[in-house]
Amino acid sequence: MNILKFFTAGSVDDGKSTLIGRLLYDTDSILADQLEALQSSNRKNDDGTIDLAILTDGLRAEREQGITIDVAYKYFQTEKRKFIIADTPGHIQYTRNMVTGASTANLAIILIDARNGVVEQTIRHSYLVSLLGIKHIVVAVNKMDMMDYSETVFTAIKEKYKTLAQNLGLKDVTYIPVSALKGDNIVQPSAHMDWYEGESLLHFLEKVDTDLQDKTTQARMPVQWVIRPQTDELHDYRGYAGRVLSGTFKVNDMVTVLPAGTSSTISKIEFFENELEQALAGQSVTIHLKDNIDISRGDTLVNSSALPIESKLIEADLCWMDGRALDPSIMYLIQHNSKTTKCKINEILYKVDINTLERHAAEEFKLNDIGRVIVKTADALAFDLYGDNRANGSAILIDSRTNLTVGALMFRASVE
Amino acid sequence: MSEYNFDYLDELEAEAIHILREVAGQFEKPALLFSGGKDSITLVRLAEKAFRPGKFPFPLVHIDTGHNFEETIQYRDEMVARIGEKLIIGSVQKSIDEGKVIEQTGKNASRNALQTVTLLDTILEHKFDACIGGARRDEEKARAKERIFSVRDEFGQWDPKRQRPELWNIYNGKIHKGENVRVFPISNWTELDVWNYIRRENIALPSIYFAHQRDCITRNGQLMAASPFLNMDSEDVVESKKVRFRTVGDMSCTAAVESDADLIDDIIQEISDSKISERGARMDDKVSEAAMEDRKKGGYF
Repeated sequence: MNILKFFTAGSVDDGKSTLIGRLLYDTDSILADQLEALQSSNRKNDDGTIDLAILTDGLRAEREQGITIDVAYKYFQTEKRKFIIADTPGHIQYTRNMVTGASTANLAIILIDARNGVVEQTIRHSYLVSLLGIKHIVVAVNKMDMMDYSETVFTAIKEKYKTLAQNLGLKDVTYIPVSALKGDNIVQPSAHMDWYEGESLLHFLEKVDTDLQDKTTQARMPVQWVIRPQTDELHDYRGYAGRVLSGTFKVNDMVTVLPAGTSSTISKIEFFENELEQALAGQSVTIHLKDNIDISRGDTLVNSSALPIESKLIEADLCWMDGRALDPSIMYLIQHNSKTTKCKINEILYKVDINTLERHAAEEFKLNDIGRVIVKTADALAFDLYGDNRANGSAILIDSRTNLTVGALMFRASVE
Repeated sequence: MSEYNFDYLDELEAEAIHILREVAGQFEKPALLFSGGKDSITLVRLAEKAFRPGKFPFPLVHIDTGHNFEETIQYRDEMVARIGEKLIIGSVQKSIDEGKVIEQTGKNASRNALQTVTLLDTILEHKFDACIGGARRDEEKARAKERIFSVRDEFGQWDPKRQRPELWNIYNGKIHKGENVRVFPISNWTELDVWNYIRRENIALPSIYFAHQRDCITRNGQLMAASPFLNMDSEDVVESKKVRFRTVGDMSCTAAVESDADLIDDIIQEISDSKISERGARMDDKVSEAAMEDRKKGGYF
């Protein structure tokens, strides 16, 4: 059994929270005391049934306003798979929270209200999904019950979305007509849509390929911590502890340490009390090298035959996440895996109007702005392009005055 | 790749180890908050996997309410001796003696709320800049909103509206002097995941997790262990029942469930079948819909 991480994108009234509530409810993932709390709540649907949306609104302010403000994580499992849902807000002012939720997801569910079809929000959410490189997309056409479960309505929306998907380069898109409120095609196949021959949403989620491995040749492991017990019996023990970002490291593989550029051979891979033949993407391990070379936190071990890019001048997509606007005159910190160094935004190439996808010249980035910039870093980073390797192609910006995380960066090219 | 057999427990474990090593790499004076419950016991196991054969780069810190189950304290001391790591104890009794907090009175009196003050004092005294805890997002809906690296101000307060975005697997641990970060490596685990992990790893637990005969009273619909820490009166009827505990907190606020499950397999079966959430057995969450959110804002774990 493995884990699928997904998130839902949709605007405020598209029924995102209801969809998640329905998934939890129909998979029997809501416990009696939580259900009791639901039933005693004052929020009810028009027909008196319980409002499933309140299951996901965890904060007082959210319940007061009836909207989702921040990302919430929900968990459920079936016999086939475990699921982690990042419940992200749909409002434009919470774009940063959607980017946050999307950054760890393998799959996105884009909700479309069957009454309204593809709208500005759909374009925005789909753009973010393509920007963040989400592999699988499910377009859930919701509220089919309010459109008499009409195949014509569904097909028209599907055709319209196909054009958008093509423009954005979204490849793996699955279309499912649903009613989150009534439960059609969420867990159980709908009795109202004989014309639909696909699977229910849950069945699709249970079998979609999670593809944990990023390109297998790109073996990358940032060193997080050097284990040196320095005891009498382990006098010479020196292990490099980290999590394999992508690819596979095997004993006897030739590896290069960046930024130093020195090479050595893997002598041993350990995981707690076990020795491993190989370490795969996603595993947290300890690697030993044959030669005693200087390695510390912030260095990266890579496969010598598939080196990453090393550069101090990087073209990247930037999503600005802070109320304080981007100031190209000051220095920020950039955190790329276990390495943190100073940086400046050297140039703003363009800003994207995420409602029309048009590019504009810009002097500054404000909260929720997205566009492309050139970042100049104090120390060279050893990275891959985001499109090839999400884990080694992303970084965050930190404002050293406030220590806040102010930007999400996706590396697109080296300028050097 | 077909041989890529990395199941969900391996994935959760690898993520938690990654987070623990980030704490070690990013902070000067971290600590691991250890309550003696199954979640913090799991954290200790994960720390062994993250740092052995080296020492932990942090001490364990137990905020001792003085109203603990005896079995928990015995387990704690044996475990610390076995792993050879440092234990720091923050005492609620000491906070009471020093007049920093006042013991609650009345029938439902508990030291649960008081431990926040002791925790904050302990953090201050030892200048901890990061506190690792075993909270999980599936426990409660305010917890579901919590980041893995959760920044607290110098008063220990959590501000849900000012949380940092947490992107990919990159954790920003930068803080100002006086602030600290609460780190939750098992955020993405569920109660069942923890149990399945404990079974897989064959981790010993305090005996109160397993069914045993115990004197109990029924209060507010919950089974509570009869003890000198509970303000009992003539209305309270003491009955001997076969019970176990799903969470381990203060004796005055942790309710038992009737159970015959004395083996870990039976417990897992019982939890899988249960229709009551883990937090359903915590009286402290029943105060209001926002009880946990409000306590967290005040500095509670």
